[in-house]
Amino acid sequence: MSIRAGILIALVAMGAASLGLRAIGRRLWPESPYWRDMPLGVAFGYVLAAAGFALAVKLYFIDRIVFFRWAMNGLIAFSIAAWIFRALGRRIGPGWSRKLFRQMPLTASFGILTVLAYAFTAIFAGWLAPYGQAEIFDAVNVLPGTDPAHPLGTDQIGRDILTRLIYGAQNTVGIAFATTLIAFFTGGSLGFLAATIGGWLDQLLSRGIDVLMAIPALIFALLLMTIASAWAGSERWMLTLYMVLIIALIDATRVFRLARAVAGNIVVMDYFEAAKLRGERLPYLIFREILPNATAPLLAEFGLRFCFVFLTIAALSFLGIGIQPPLADWGTMVKDLAQFINFAAFSPLTAALPLMAAGAIALLTVAVNFIVDWMLQKSSGLKE
Amino acid sequence: MSAPLLKIRDIRIEGRADEEWLPIIRGVSLDLNKGEVLGLIGESGAGKSTLGLAAMGYTRDGCRITGGSVEFDGTDLVQAPADVKRGLLGRRIAYVAQSAAASFNPAHRILDQCVEAPVVHGVMSRREAEAEAMELYRRLRLPDPEVIGFRYPHQVSGGQLQRAMTAMAMACKPDLIIFDEPTTSLDVTTQIEVLAAIRDIVEQFGTAAIYITHDLAVVAQMADRIKVLLRGEEVEEADTRTMLAAPREEYTKSLWAVRSFQRPPKPAVAGGQAPLIALRNITAAYGKAPVLHDVSFDIHAGRTVAVVGESGSGKSTAARVITGLLPPSRGEVLFEGEALPASYKGRSRDQLRQIQMIYQMADTALNPSRTIGEIIGRPVQFYLGLTGQEKRRRVEELLEQIELDPGEYFNRLPGELSGGQKQRVGIARALAAEPRFIICDEVTSALDQLVAEGILKLLARLQDELGLAYMFITHDLATVRAIADEVVVMKEGRVVEAGGKDEMFRPPHHPYTDLLLSSVPEMDPDWLSRLLARRAEGEIRHQGADGV
Amino acid sequence: MASMGRMIAQRLLLGLLTLFVVSILIFLAVNALPGDFAQAILGQSATPEAVEAIRRGLGLDQPLVTRYFQWLWRLLHGDLGVSFAQANFAAYVGSASSAEAITVADQIAPRFRNTLFLAGVTAAIAVPLSVSLGILAALYRGSIFDRGVNIAALTAISSPEFFLAYILILFLGVLNPVLPSLSNIYEGMSFGERLLKTLLPALTLTLVVTAHMMRMTRAAIINLLASPYIEMARLKGMSPLRVIVRHALPNALAPIINVIAINLAYLVTGVVVVEVVFVYPGIGQLFVDSVKIRDIPVVQACCLVFAAAYILMNLLADILSILSNPRLRHPK
Repeated sequence: MSIRAGILIALVAMGAASLGLRAIGRRLWPESPYWRDMPLGVAFGYVLAAAGFALAVKLYFIDRIVFFRWAMNGLIAFSIAAWIFRALGRRIGPGWSRKLFRQMPLTASFGILTVLAYAFTAIFAGWLAPYGQAEIFDAVNVLPGTDPAHPLGTDQIGRDILTRLIYGAQNTVGIAFATTLIAFFTGGSLGFLAATIGGWLDQLLSRGIDVLMAIPALIFALLLMTIASAWAGSERWMLTLYMVLIIALIDATRVFRLARAVAGNIVVMDYFEAAKLRGERLPYLIFREILPNATAPLLAEFGLRFCFVFLTIAALSFLGIGIQPPLADWGTMVKDLAQFINFAAFSPLTAALPLMAAGAIALLTVAVNFIVDWMLQKSSGLKE
Repeated sequence: MSAPLLKIRDIRIEGRADEEWLPIIRGVSLDLNKGEVLGLIGESGAGKSTLGLAAMGYTRDGCRITGGSVEFDGTDLVQAPADVKRGLLGRRIAYVAQSAAASFNPAHRILDQCVEAPVVHGVMSRREAEAEAMELYRRLRLPDPEVIGFRYPHQVSGGQLQRAMTAMAMACKPDLIIFDEPTTSLDVTTQIEVLAAIRDIVEQFGTAAIYITHDLAVVAQMADRIKVLLRGEEVEEADTRTMLAAPREEYTKSLWAVRSFQRPPKPAVAGGQAPLIALRNITAAYGKAPVLHDVSFDIHAGRTVAVVGESGSGKSTAARVITGLLPPSRGEVLFEGEALPASYKGRSRDQLRQIQMIYQMADTALNPSRTIGEIIGRPVQFYLGLTGQEKRRRVEELLEQIELDPGEYFNRLPGELSGGQKQRVGIARALAAEPRFIICDEVTSALDQLVAEGILKLLARLQDELGLAYMFITHDLATVRAIADEVVVMKEGRVVEAGGKDEMFRPPHHPYTDLLLSSVPEMDPDWLSRLLARRAEGEIRHQGADGV
Repeated sequence: MASMGRMIAQRLLLGLLTLFVVSILIFLAVNALPGDFAQAILGQSATPEAVEAIRRGLGLDQPLVTRYFQWLWRLLHGDLGVSFAQANFAAYVGSASSAEAITVADQIAPRFRNTLFLAGVTAAIAVPLSVSLGILAALYRGSIFDRGVNIAALTAISSPEFFLAYILILFLGVLNPVLPSLSNIYEGMSFGERLLKTLLPALTLTLVVTAHMMRMTRAAIINLLASPYIEMARLKGMSPLRVIVRHALPNALAPIINVIAINLAYLVTGVVVVEVVFVYPGIGQLFVDSVKIRDIPVVQACCLVFAAAYILMNLLADILSILSNPRLRHPK
């Protein structure tokens, strides 16, 4: 009950504070239309933000929740890095890229920087990682920070965790990227064909895809994985391959929908009709008339799809039916290291291990989403 | 004389394009007295609408007022607090938008929207406001004034909706109404009724108004004074009759002169000469909805046939049948006496080459991601097999023909061109196929009058040089007068009347042709009053022109 | 009205048809398994008698089409069969009849109730929260508040559910043990206790779906703010709140309803990961366990339940958006 009363008192106090804030603003700048026209909601927002900020500062200095401090430090460091990256982009490079950087919000430059960092890690994983991803050491369950040979320790069967985190970039991201490419190629070309040719082909494909999409994606993936695991038998790399194909199939249906809708908007345009009446053949219509005008929405969709595929693969791995060992993978790592979270009070670094793997997944998807969000905003021409 | 109701002084407005702010209005001033109607005219991009909205102290998203004042009855709307402005808007200043269909909220009944302003502003109780709204519907000559308010916007026709919006603006008996092109999206025959209704009600209540339009003849009927705008600046302002009789500035004179363009008549077609294109008893339908009924007409080589009619008359469908996009359910299209395959898919490349098309919206007619050189070069390569330097030379020749500098435009994208230039590229693309027949589908209706005149002159010159035949689809009789040799009048999918242009413009007419002809506004300020008087006497049988 | 009734009937029929086709799909998928399944589940060491018993018990000796219709027929009578694990157990014990074993329906029913409970709690928090946040973000678009909410929402959407779940566990379960991080729910629990145990998974799900719904609500409203009728309302001197609530919101209903329905469908079907993290005894966890041991009847049944719930929610969204469209509600 005291909690409820506390919340109530806090709300009332904040309401009073926001009234006061507005009154002070009006007194100090009587001419400014900003303060004069300020709705109470906006003033309340400022007070709320100030309260949130104060709370964050307070939490930052509590040792027991050192995680919060780490997260804040990371956030501030990343923001500064993104800001520097954008500032550099505005000064260096050809005119078009400088113009691009000038229009870029901080979130997008953060996204681009992060994606570049992941790409770098994925490509040079073998060179960055101290050991091989399948290497097994005698020292099992080494706690992080206790052995300089294993800065982040080892897992239950003695694999170096830092190495596996780095290789995770290669496997998890690489496999997700390949899967998205397959999904795009099949879904996109079928979608374009359906929109261009129309008629029974369109009907057949669209109805078929409707049915496939009536089954929730993750459930469908799990069902097919059950069967795939029977087909693959003991060949684990086969199971990974099946997973790629299955997720590509499921996501291709979503890409098909979008590609068909985008192309559907283009085929009703007069320039498409002009090309049709000229007697142009299908490849010309698709590659010259539709594709160049569909790149912006398709690119944004590629980003979103990648996130979705990436998260699906991570979820499957987390559930133990995704990417198979010995390949290092973040989803599996989260599953394996999850119980360490209970050590939070004694050894924060140990508890952070599963969060690091999960955070690596989250960070990349957040980054891609930031970029896509910016692209969508740019192409929709929304100034707001 | 008392102080003016609205006093705008040196107003400056900027709009955001990409990252920079560009001026839209560069310091315009105006005065408006109580009960006076000021006409604002200018071409697109002149800033008419922006100025009209600024008179309400309002700017659209992405625009800002950077200087000047808008004083309404003693209150400066630029500086006034938001709640003071809201108290005036809807109550003392009202707005009538261009498209009533888009400006009525589809989720609420018309009546609810008409009474919203008086009720929220506390001018009347809801019951009073409803009674008042019905009275206004009656005065605006809306059918069934008692019940029409209970309909939803999509259940009412465009012309009626435009009048309902005028009633909505009138709901609080404002001192000032801004009319922003209220009849532009209507057919000519519908336009007359809306114009008459607006003029009457403004007179009855003594409301001051700013009437924005690009149509000189319309503004001549509505306004006491006219102000001409060009690129955000005032060109001149004068009393309506003075302005029409003796415009001072060159720009205004050129606007006035547009309507007088007319190409010299051609001799009649020699008897026995076979037509280039002939439609024979065409009946066509979209799905189950029949659009064309037994349509036949001829188009001879080197001549222009104007197909005239209001929206829904089937004139564009006729074009789709000729091009083979819509195979007719009955009848056939002959090219030099030979029947063409019904669908474009069955036609040979040479048959396709002979019939080209120019579209109404140049924006959607050119692929936005290809350069002008590629757009024009494609048919050159596709039909004539030219490549490399030959192709480039031919494209440059075509660009010169349409009066665009090849060096400058060859590598540009359509997005970098103006509307008129895009339309020229569309013409060049059609010419590149070296056809004998071109369908022009409302090619000038999206353009400003001066630009449109340039396009018409270009088309006329090309016809003389290349011996092309045109099928000119239009709803604008001024265009017909300017360019046609023969005229085909269509209504509800049938040919109502067909013949030479001179016969068509000379009485006696078919009643529908007459209605169309008489509905075209003229520059004479007394035209509307005269026409209404004449129609009231029953000289012209009025036939339910306010179609749905 | 007639046209609307017909449209709704059409959607209903289409939904049923889809469900039928999906059931075929699921059945076929399962039957695409290689080899003799009875053999597979019993392993190489099984006696031929045991294999034969299972084959007969499961009806695996019948032709495919017969088996489908038998399966469908039983399905329509609420009989989802017996799980392989149970049958296996029965075969080893030596009891020939599988009637004594617990049926799939018995296994699924209580767990499905638990999942619905979790989804219900989440929806009760998430729907009002997200719609009001979306409206506020649209009202104060471009402000710091809007940007902050937007970044937070984007982050929540992009994070894998288990990341959010572990973060919540870390802060609310381990460091400040205010909520239980294991949801061991059993029959006969009091409502309050049950709610408390469900709260952490529900909060995790709330984070995910609120972000999505809020963004869509905001986008749907802002999309409309450029329409002429919104400008008209502003020019009639209406306040910003009235413009949004009275003029934009009714027209944004269809997309908002749609996104709510999709997220509710997600709540019923996408909870798998969250249930596993919190060891919540819902249908999702049963599904994953069955997938791992390839317990086909259970997998099949779960899939069907999920698909049916998903199709139903989408159908509901479709019908509600038809009903919210004034053009369809009031034909010419």
